[in-house]
Amino acid sequence: MEDKKLLLDIQDLSIHYVVESGTVHAVEHLNLSLAPGENLGFVGETGAGKTTTALGIMGLVPNPPGKVVNGKILFEGEDLLKKTEEQMRSIRGGKIAMIFQDPMTSLNPVITVDKQIAEMVLLHNNVTEQQALERAEEMLELVGIKRERARDFPHQFSGGMKQRVVIAIALACNPTLLIADEPTTALDVTIQAQVLELMHELRRKINTSLIMITHDLGIVAEMCDKVAIMYAGKVVEYAPTEALFNHPGHPYTEGLFNSIPDLDSDEEELKVIQGLMPDPTNLPSGCTFHPRCPYAVEACSKDVPPMVEIEPGHFVACPVRGKPYLHLGK
Amino acid sequence: MNEHTEKNIGQSQHGLKEIFKRLSRAPLAMIGLAIVVVLVFTAVFAGFIAPYGYAEQDLMAAFEEPSGAHLFGTDEFGRDIFSRIIYGSRISLQVGFIAVGIAVFAGGFLGAIAGYYGGKADNLIMRAMDVLLSIPSILLAIAIAASLGPGLFNLMIAVGISSTPNYARIVRGSVLSIRNQEFVEAAKAVGSSDLRIILKHIIPNCLAPIIVQATLGVAIAILTAAGLSFIGLGIQPPIPEWGAMLSGGREYIRDYAYMTVFPGLAIMITILALNFLGDGLRDALDPKLKR
Repeated sequence: MEDKKLLLDIQDLSIHYVVESGTVHAVEHLNLSLAPGENLGFVGETGAGKTTTALGIMGLVPNPPGKVVNGKILFEGEDLLKKTEEQMRSIRGGKIAMIFQDPMTSLNPVITVDKQIAEMVLLHNNVTEQQALERAEEMLELVGIKRERARDFPHQFSGGMKQRVVIAIALACNPTLLIADEPTTALDVTIQAQVLELMHELRRKINTSLIMITHDLGIVAEMCDKVAIMYAGKVVEYAPTEALFNHPGHPYTEGLFNSIPDLDSDEEELKVIQGLMPDPTNLPSGCTFHPRCPYAVEACSKDVPPMVEIEPGHFVACPVRGKPYLHLGK
Repeated sequence: MNEHTEKNIGQSQHGLKEIFKRLSRAPLAMIGLAIVVVLVFTAVFAGFIAPYGYAEQDLMAAFEEPSGAHLFGTDEFGRDIFSRIIYGSRISLQVGFIAVGIAVFAGGFLGAIAGYYGGKADNLIMRAMDVLLSIPSILLAIAIAASLGPGLFNLMIAVGISSTPNYARIVRGSVLSIRNQEFVEAAKAVGSSDLRIILKHIIPNCLAPIIVQATLGVAIAILTAAGLSFIGLGIQPPIPEWGAMLSGGREYIRDYAYMTVFPGLAIMITILALNFLGDGLRDALDPKLKR
């Protein structure tokens, strides 16, 4: 991993939530990097810390109870955690934009959509309100919504169209990095496809990097160059998409793939990963996945497994399962 | 560009029209609006409408029953009650709207800060408001009016401050419920400052309860002002004020009931109209209820 070319380089990031019942280790010693123009899929189940990581990048971890306790977030070579609130404000939206999960609630219900897009433009560019509104209409057209609808309120749009508006807001200032937090979870499948198609196309047009947070491996296969699999606050596997799909290294990733129902075979039950996500206030020692892992050996409960490169660019935090692949790396 | 601007103006007018259209679907609200418009009209043109001056005494014509010459009769000094009620609308509306304006601004500001930031700021502001609330508002108004001295302006301040906690509470409550919604987080992610988020995203979303409370509040403010005038801390005679007229006529209520009935009716109709209008506006202003 060459340091200089990276757009985003997260080093050893830990974010904790201090609540009454204890400390939630939402993100633990997370390392992640992203080159310019790259598409990263960020996969994991609910509560794995994906959204918290995203909020960490944006500097929006709710404090209290959340706190970034450790690490660096280098964006274009500068540590975002050291920025002042004012500097962060100009980065948010301007350079790093975020798309939220639920388009139904991420638009302000009492403001017309063109004004909501224009707000973004006004905040980050030195333009008049008139120009900002003009830009808003352009953005609406870009995401496939007619200009005439610019003065409508969010409730007059369908879910898919609302998400288009949200995308228009996020891309209005040509951000260098776009974080999409489960952008299609709240939409039905046909609309999902449309929205993904749109994002894909726009991303190429505007040339931004993308972090796609999702729990849908199908979306990852379609959209992303690289994938990071997250489990209980840690990245357990990081690989180019193709490598990950061809030979998943971590037992958790393998479990995820196994739990996708197969069209060809007629099965009564889904193959699930045994057990539940660990209590984030009380994580297991060693590898956090070991109580659920079919391959676990004694050492797994003692040492935190390091990331091992099993083939070029393919990192796995599992010494047991990583080993057989080691020869591929050489 | 020009064409674009024209289109924009046309459309924003369309927005107002839309609100009016929705308001017009509620007949009670329209009645309320009509009465308020008439009241404002009367207050502005009181000098032209009133047949007599508000302080014009005619002791020969004291205690006259309502008649063609004196529509609502005359009081103990022979002043025309109809004219005094018309001039009185000036005072009452002024006190009502400005006092509520003061309360909405002060209360809204404090409530928004308390609700948005929470924690210490919230505790400090809301406990102060609790202290104010623990004193009966008329007593508080009396205390403030007494320390400021009588007069129209001081009356407005007294009434305004005494009703501030109500607005602070309402605004804080609404802000609390809106603060955690995703669009506020989205606004942060866009790079908005706290002030901008409060003013542009949160306040517009809690306008509805504020509007309803404010229209009710105008009515309450008019009543409070009347009460203060009654005990001599508000408007000084001979300036006509509905509440003062009411208490002035109190002594003669057995023999000359009309002296209290007409100012009382004026207060009642005004308050009723404001309440109708407030309810109608709440429905009309809420874009979520748009059909």
